[in-house]
Amino acid sequence: MKKTILDHALDWAGRILLTAILCFVLLPFIVVLIASFNESAILTFPPKGWSFRWYANAFEYRDFGEGLVNSLMIAAIGATIALIAGSGFAYVLNRYDFALKSLLNGVLMSPLIIPNFTIGLGLLILSAAASLPRSVWLVVAVHVIIVLPFVVRSVYVSLQNFERRYEQAAESLGAGPVHVLLTITLPLLLPGLVSGGLFAAILSFNEFTASLFVVNQRTQTLPVAMYNYVREYADPTLAAVSVIYVAVVAVMLLLVHKFFRLEKVLNVE
Amino acid sequence: MSKRPFLGWFASPSILIAFAIAASFLAIVQYSLRAHVPGSLNPGGLTLDNFTTLWKAVYGQAFLNTVLLCFWTALFTLLIGYPLAFAMVRAKSARLRSAILLISLTPLFLGEIVRTYSWMIVLGNRGFVNAVLMQMGLIDRPIDFMFTMTGVVIALVHFTLPIVVVMLAAALSHIDRNLERAATSLGAGRVRVFATVTLPLSIPGIVAATSTAFAWTFSAFATPQMIGGGKVQTISTLVYQVGFASFNFPLAASLSLVGLLFTIAVLAIFNTGIRRLEKIGAH
Repeated sequence: MKKTILDHALDWAGRILLTAILCFVLLPFIVVLIASFNESAILTFPPKGWSFRWYANAFEYRDFGEGLVNSLMIAAIGATIALIAGSGFAYVLNRYDFALKSLLNGVLMSPLIIPNFTIGLGLLILSAAASLPRSVWLVVAVHVIIVLPFVVRSVYVSLQNFERRYEQAAESLGAGPVHVLLTITLPLLLPGLVSGGLFAAILSFNEFTASLFVVNQRTQTLPVAMYNYVREYADPTLAAVSVIYVAVVAVMLLLVHKFFRLEKVLNVE
Repeated sequence: MSKRPFLGWFASPSILIAFAIAASFLAIVQYSLRAHVPGSLNPGGLTLDNFTTLWKAVYGQAFLNTVLLCFWTALFTLLIGYPLAFAMVRAKSARLRSAILLISLTPLFLGEIVRTYSWMIVLGNRGFVNAVLMQMGLIDRPIDFMFTMTGVVIALVHFTLPIVVVMLAAALSHIDRNLERAATSLGAGRVRVFATVTLPLSIPGIVAATSTAFAWTFSAFATPQMIGGGKVQTISTLVYQVGFASFNFPLAASLSLVGLLFTIAVLAIFNTGIRRLEKIGAH
């Protein structure tokens, strides 16, 4: 069928609209990149001079370094716990029926609906009521609760696409359940598990609101340290931190994409 | 041999976590019914005072602000997200599809602080937008985005966009293209095919995306806190303020509880809507 003038006009309008929207999405990150190399402390556009001083400043400010260490540690521990608990749960959710299954599922998925500030407040109050200290484990617990639904979902999707025949073949050849699990199921699920774990780590690394409720000076995460900085200082140091932050997350994201295409994780194929 | 190997082993860690979630919810309920003892972090006796306090104008205003933010954010996110999802699902090259997906997901993976701080630089009085507009001579004095509803909505649209795009794309990719081809073969133009076939078929996806946009905006904290700067008070910022500025955790708990019940009620309404729509679709 031949394209009419209207068709061409629509095509072009679509392209312009798409470009404009993508620019809107990327604009803040481009601006922050420019601002991070801005020489003067007062942000002006376009910058009058260029410098690396805000990066140097960012590396010298101790809270960022400590926050980064805390964040990486909490993300690693939290994602590992969430991965173990979440993939176990996805497995039983996919394969078995048992008492109170939907209730358990509902409770575990509820953090998708419960606002993060409520989750943070709830665990803060709970730990106070139980006279537990506001240690790093409290922060880890908050992160596990928040990222668990995403791990369950990622692993569950892999299990749905799982070819049960390989397991059945192994079973018929006399392999016991543990043997089947270790030599067939786990290796085949590996991409889903890796991407689920990385996904959880990224989300945990980014979590701010619930963390703000449960951290103290010693356990503050990088986002909390950044928030505290912006309340006290107005210079572009935070722009430099943001650029580094974006780079770290981008690497993690590309890793997920490499192991397991994002389209699959997000079910948009 | 057990017919359900590993059931106990695999389910127990998540059961423990479920207990922690349930316990923290109960902790909020319990605190919301206790009196605030000024100067002490421990709550007093049982009371309903916290809920009667919530009738004050400050809290009503915060509720109103939150609902307005949710409404405007959902509306604009849909208007921007739909074309993006459509372009992504219908893009002919896989590379373009991946590029659109990755770009639209960036805000999701960059965390509230980086995103909100970036918008502060873009929208501030000496920020990018105002600097560009002033240099072009379009405005004489900066437009106020910071500490206004408009500024908060712009940043929240950016925040909600990824999830809305993903949900709309999922809905759009499940539409049977043969229905569109049938309409085209019967002589309908592209605009008409879109308006009479594609758009109606994606309505369940639109409703689902709207409800998620609502829930996300409702729970947003960093954006209203940093861009609103105390001038745009929402439930989330108020809960934090009541908790950490006045140390009135019982009141913070009751405010969160009312907010949570409100969210659940709104989401339930949306869900009923989605189910009705799916029923219509089935017939």
